[in-house]
Amino acid sequence: MLSQESLQQIDREIAKYPPDQKQSAVMSALRIAQIEMGWLAKETIEFVAGYLDMPAIAAYEVASFYNMYDLQPVGRHKITVCTNLPCALSGGVHAADYVKQKLGIDFNETTPDGKFTLKEGECMGACGDAPVLLVNNHHMCSWMTTEKIDQLLADLENK
Amino acid sequence: MSARGLILAGVDGDRTWRLQDYIGRGGYSALKKIIAEKIPAETIIAELKASSLRGRGGAGFPTGLKWSFMPRSFPGAKYLACNSDEGEPGTFKDRDILRYNPHSVIEGMTIAAYAMGCERGYNYIHGEIFEIYERFEEALAEAREAGLLGQKILGSDFSFELFAHHGYGAYICGEETALLESIEGKKGQPRFKPPFPASYGLYGKPTTINNTETFASVPFIVNMGGENFLNLGKPNNGGTKLFSISGHVNRPGNYEIGMGTPFAELLEMAGGMRGGRKLKAVIPGGSSSPVLPATVMMDCTMDYDSIAKAGSMLGSGAVIVMDETTCMVKALERLSYFYFEESCGQCTPCREGTGWLYRVVHRIENGLGRRDDLDLLNSVTGNIMGRTICALGDAASMPVQSFIKHFGSEFEYHIENKKCLVPPEVQHQGSQIYVSP
Repeated sequence: MLSQESLQQIDREIAKYPPDQKQSAVMSALRIAQIEMGWLAKETIEFVAGYLDMPAIAAYEVASFYNMYDLQPVGRHKITVCTNLPCALSGGVHAADYVKQKLGIDFNETTPDGKFTLKEGECMGACGDAPVLLVNNHHMCSWMTTEKIDQLLADLENK
Repeated sequence: MSARGLILAGVDGDRTWRLQDYIGRGGYSALKKIIAEKIPAETIIAELKASSLRGRGGAGFPTGLKWSFMPRSFPGAKYLACNSDEGEPGTFKDRDILRYNPHSVIEGMTIAAYAMGCERGYNYIHGEIFEIYERFEEALAEAREAGLLGQKILGSDFSFELFAHHGYGAYICGEETALLESIEGKKGQPRFKPPFPASYGLYGKPTTINNTETFASVPFIVNMGGENFLNLGKPNNGGTKLFSISGHVNRPGNYEIGMGTPFAELLEMAGGMRGGRKLKAVIPGGSSSPVLPATVMMDCTMDYDSIAKAGSMLGSGAVIVMDETTCMVKALERLSYFYFEESCGQCTPCREGTGWLYRVVHRIENGLGRRDDLDLLNSVTGNIMGRTICALGDAASMPVQSFIKHFGSEFEYHIENKKCLVPPEVQHQGSQIYVSP
């Protein structure tokens, strides 16, 4: 189900843990699987569980507990905006409103062309950089003014 | 970011995080000295105790004492874990430490492993800062390549394997036993204690967990001696500490200063109040620490004891500054939503109680508050606190209690008048997108 490259990446993660503790690699393995598949379907989670010799339900528990795993399809680019208090004091909510207006969608919605999904995030541990946007879970964008949001969305539009 | 103090001294943004830069700043000299002089573990722990270093993650537990709990003669594997799962609103110091000085954490953990006889360690890094996780992996590779980490470190008999593990969006994993569960590949639900991790930790083996900043301080303590480190701060509050300042200041960011520095000085370093507006309230130690009114805060010094005396907690050193444009009901509403969202669901008082707290504050904010709502909120917090496995329930309750205690009249005004004391346009103006110059 997953490519050789993804499996090799998962193998590197497994090697970080004692030989009888392959399950420890499940968080990384689910991340790697999500990157390849776009989101985590039940079959993908089952496959990862099988690869790590753990019960499928245990992998599903992990996938459903941590909020950066997507258990439903998302757009090509998932944008998460932190609106928690420290960010809100420096424009986090305004930035989120601006992205909503630009994309014409609300939180937890995807644009009709499937390009963007917008999420409201909890603290990302970067409050000094507010407003903060997280793109596709892994790329953090700091000090996001409306101009920088315009630029970011334009760049992502073509990716 | 401010380039003073110890951990951030001499670092220059993203340009100087590599091994050669760290060595140029005197890095790894503590580890080299320990190995060359075969310094006994007891001496290192005694030095830590003398330094009065207290856990930088929030609880402020004396580090030397924690290390001394690890069983000396345990025959099997012992583990070390670093808690870089920084997600308490307001806290963003560990990200900068890992970003600008990752080797200080690696050296600190290696010294800790030496002192406690741990053969393997994991640094658990907040999932949202994935780029920092990748950098830490690069730093680990550099250290291994240079013989500073791995088997037979610097040609000695001492071996220590260290790896990075990432979270993926769960605040609760900052609780140390939830963090261990998460490394084991499970849901991050805290364990009942006792047994404590020092006897039953990762994979059921003795384990010590410290915060990123705590580990990063260790090489400096070994180099300068515990007493000199202590003297950078004040008695019982040793050393320097990173303070993350966010909110309505001119220059939000991290400032590393001696413990016991007056809050007024710290505020000055952060450029003072944005737009010259008036300080209203400060959350001094991360979102779970009780809020303090401006007048109380201006008399505090930044250390565990002074903030505790004022009725709050230094916590992680995350200082959230709010000015006169802030609606305290709205501020609390957002924090209460956070704890509701992040409760792991294991204990009923927290799972259900955080929902109650959020919904009641939400209805007050939205003009639907009832006369007895403040009593209700206090009663719910009373039924959460002390009745849960971990501290998240307390963390959700303390903001509610303190906001009502210090700003109760604002809540009453909301309930009576169905609107805020601070006009919406003033609030709107005060929370505009702001980027410091």
